[in-house]
Amino acid sequence: MSQQVIASTANKARSLSLEEIAEIEHEMTLYPDKKAVGLEALKIVQKHQGWVSDASLLGIAKYLDIPAADLEGVATFFNLVYRQQVGKNVILFCDSVSCWIMGCEGIKGYIKEQLAIDYGETTEDGDFTLIPVPCLGDCDKAPVMMVGPDLHRNLTPEKIDSIIKDYKNKQD
Amino acid sequence: MVANPLTKNIDMSRPPLDIAAYEANDGYQSVHAIAKGLSPEDVLELVKGSGLKGRGGAGFPTGLKWSFVPRGDNSPKQKYLVVNADEMEPGTFKDRMLMEGDPHLMLEGMIIAAYTIQASKAYIFLRGEYTVSEQALRKAIKEAYERGYLGKNILGTGFDFDVIMHTSAGRYICGEETALLNALEGKRANPRAKPPFPQVSGLWGKPTIVNNVETLCNLPGILTYGVDWYHGLAKGNDHGTKLFGVSGKVKTPGCWELPLGLPIRELLEGYAGGMQDGLELRGFLPGGGSTDFMLPEHLDILLDYDEIAKVGSRLATGTMIVLDDKTCPVGMVGNLMKFFAHESCGFCTPCRDGLPWVDQIFRDFENGEGSEKDLQILHDHVTYLGPGRTFCALAPGATAPLGSGLKYFKEDFEKHITQKRCSYKH
Ligand SMILES: Cc1cc2nc3c(=O)[nH]c(=O)nc-3n(C[C@H](O)[C@H](O)[C@H](O)COP(=O)(O)O)c2cc1C
Ligand code: SF4
Ligand code: FES
Repeated sequence: MSQQVIASTANKARSLSLEEIAEIEHEMTLYPDKKAVGLEALKIVQKHQGWVSDASLLGIAKYLDIPAADLEGVATFFNLVYRQQVGKNVILFCDSVSCWIMGCEGIKGYIKEQLAIDYGETTEDGDFTLIPVPCLGDCDKAPVMMVGPDLHRNLTPEKIDSIIKDYKNKQD
Repeated sequence: MVANPLTKNIDMSRPPLDIAAYEANDGYQSVHAIAKGLSPEDVLELVKGSGLKGRGGAGFPTGLKWSFVPRGDNSPKQKYLVVNADEMEPGTFKDRMLMEGDPHLMLEGMIIAAYTIQASKAYIFLRGEYTVSEQALRKAIKEAYERGYLGKNILGTGFDFDVIMHTSAGRYICGEETALLNALEGKRANPRAKPPFPQVSGLWGKPTIVNNVETLCNLPGILTYGVDWYHGLAKGNDHGTKLFGVSGKVKTPGCWELPLGLPIRELLEGYAGGMQDGLELRGFLPGGGSTDFMLPEHLDILLDYDEIAKVGSRLATGTMIVLDDKTCPVGMVGNLMKFFAHESCGFCTPCRDGLPWVDQIFRDFENGEGSEKDLQILHDHVTYLGPGRTFCALAPGATAPLGSGLKYFKEDFEKHITQKRCSYKH
């Protein structure tokens, strides 16, 4: 990258909010090296913004004084750092082995039908994004999925209906 | 005497015990025992004597691992303890139960480990999706600080110990201990070359012990009730109890604390209730997605590290995944290959390029497009991705279900080729 490009991308950086900065500063007290909090900072920003835009990423890199490319290397490494906009509720759908044995493909097909989205897509109303996730560590209650921070177990089509309804109601 | 030290406080239908209730059931007695005059060397000898082996998968003796940490005045002052709570191995659901069910037990274990290696700081590397574990642990940490079990000069011992929570963001390779250290340092989580081993040069170059959640949860009992009691828990050659899980189409899937050394049959047919009606057992992975298949003929083998190794598999995490006769073995192995291909960190070529190739071949089989040549390529990859050919143990882990699957379910692979379809689909 030429100096010019670096300068021009730095200009596109978003200034972090005071809240974001306070939380990042707190994390920095927990590590001997501020470079260590890159992932924490990405997660903090994602918590506030819903996802990590280019402008946010550049803002964090600037704040922590680390190369944007390094931070991008971390951001793209992790499944749960969203570099694209996601819906209000992210569905993390377990498609690993025990859930597969217990019929998660049928459940996924049902969600796909009900919400008209496939993996990586967001519903038109912006309510849900569907993402596959490796084993959620609840295999004896397969099939399972998370919606936001909540775990849902022993999934059936009926359960999917009521879960979708609950999240829709919560928002209205 | 206590027979289930890992789960004696666990009842998943209620919140975990708070610190007062935990203390009332012998909780934190080990820390009081340390305060009454156990030196780090004393504790190390107890843990070595207990015969405890790591519960994170590799089964390495815990006391021996700790003994590699440099000691004495000339050793680096800062040492670290890291808890590997990144549980993500497909089919593994044991650490979640310990953290959600009894977070103080893990904290007590952490204090024992840290005191032994004289680490003043610990990071809990927790899987980001484990939101309930995070809350339970944060609450327990707060309580432990308030009671003086964490912080400065713990119970007048002169030992200082701080615990810091790090939540990850979903990447299986972070469970590999050197990749985990890179992740904690804020780097892309590729594994590191070994040696140097983390015990000598780990987090930020300092001596570091990485232990699994369940390993740590074994420690309080060893100090509180003694090594003889610990030896008395197990039935076979290994020591202590272990969490065993069963998932798949059994009648009552679940996770139980059992003595090491019981026959596998007792777990699968007793605790898990046997197969669901109308289904037969075809095989099972005994300890998560990176272990070799075992067969119904192996049911009388003991749940013991060495016994299971004798038939070419590993006890590993102790969480079994059961394959029934109405589920396609090729599809099951294919599902695991998709996982490993997705989770390859991309650092070394055989794994980065080989696993997606293997994954693609399984997709072709699924669609009835697999050929004899493909089958040969799969066989070749069992070697190419095997131990010693890749930078870390992720790819060799993938070859365990792959190689054993090809061996035990040969006719199913062949059928996919000759019938040009998966005959398990209706
Ligand atoms: C790809 C890979 C993933 C791993 N994931 C985990 C994990 O999620 N949890 C864990 O405790 N150990 C995991 N391990 C094993 C660790 O590298 C390490 O052996 C273990 O944490 C040591 O703890 P122990 O001695 O207490 O068992 C993994 C290993 C590999 C190669
Ligand atoms: S074996 Fe796979 S996961 Fe391990 S270093 Fe190589 S590419 Fe990364
Ligand atoms: S395989 Fe889905 S929770 Fe483990």
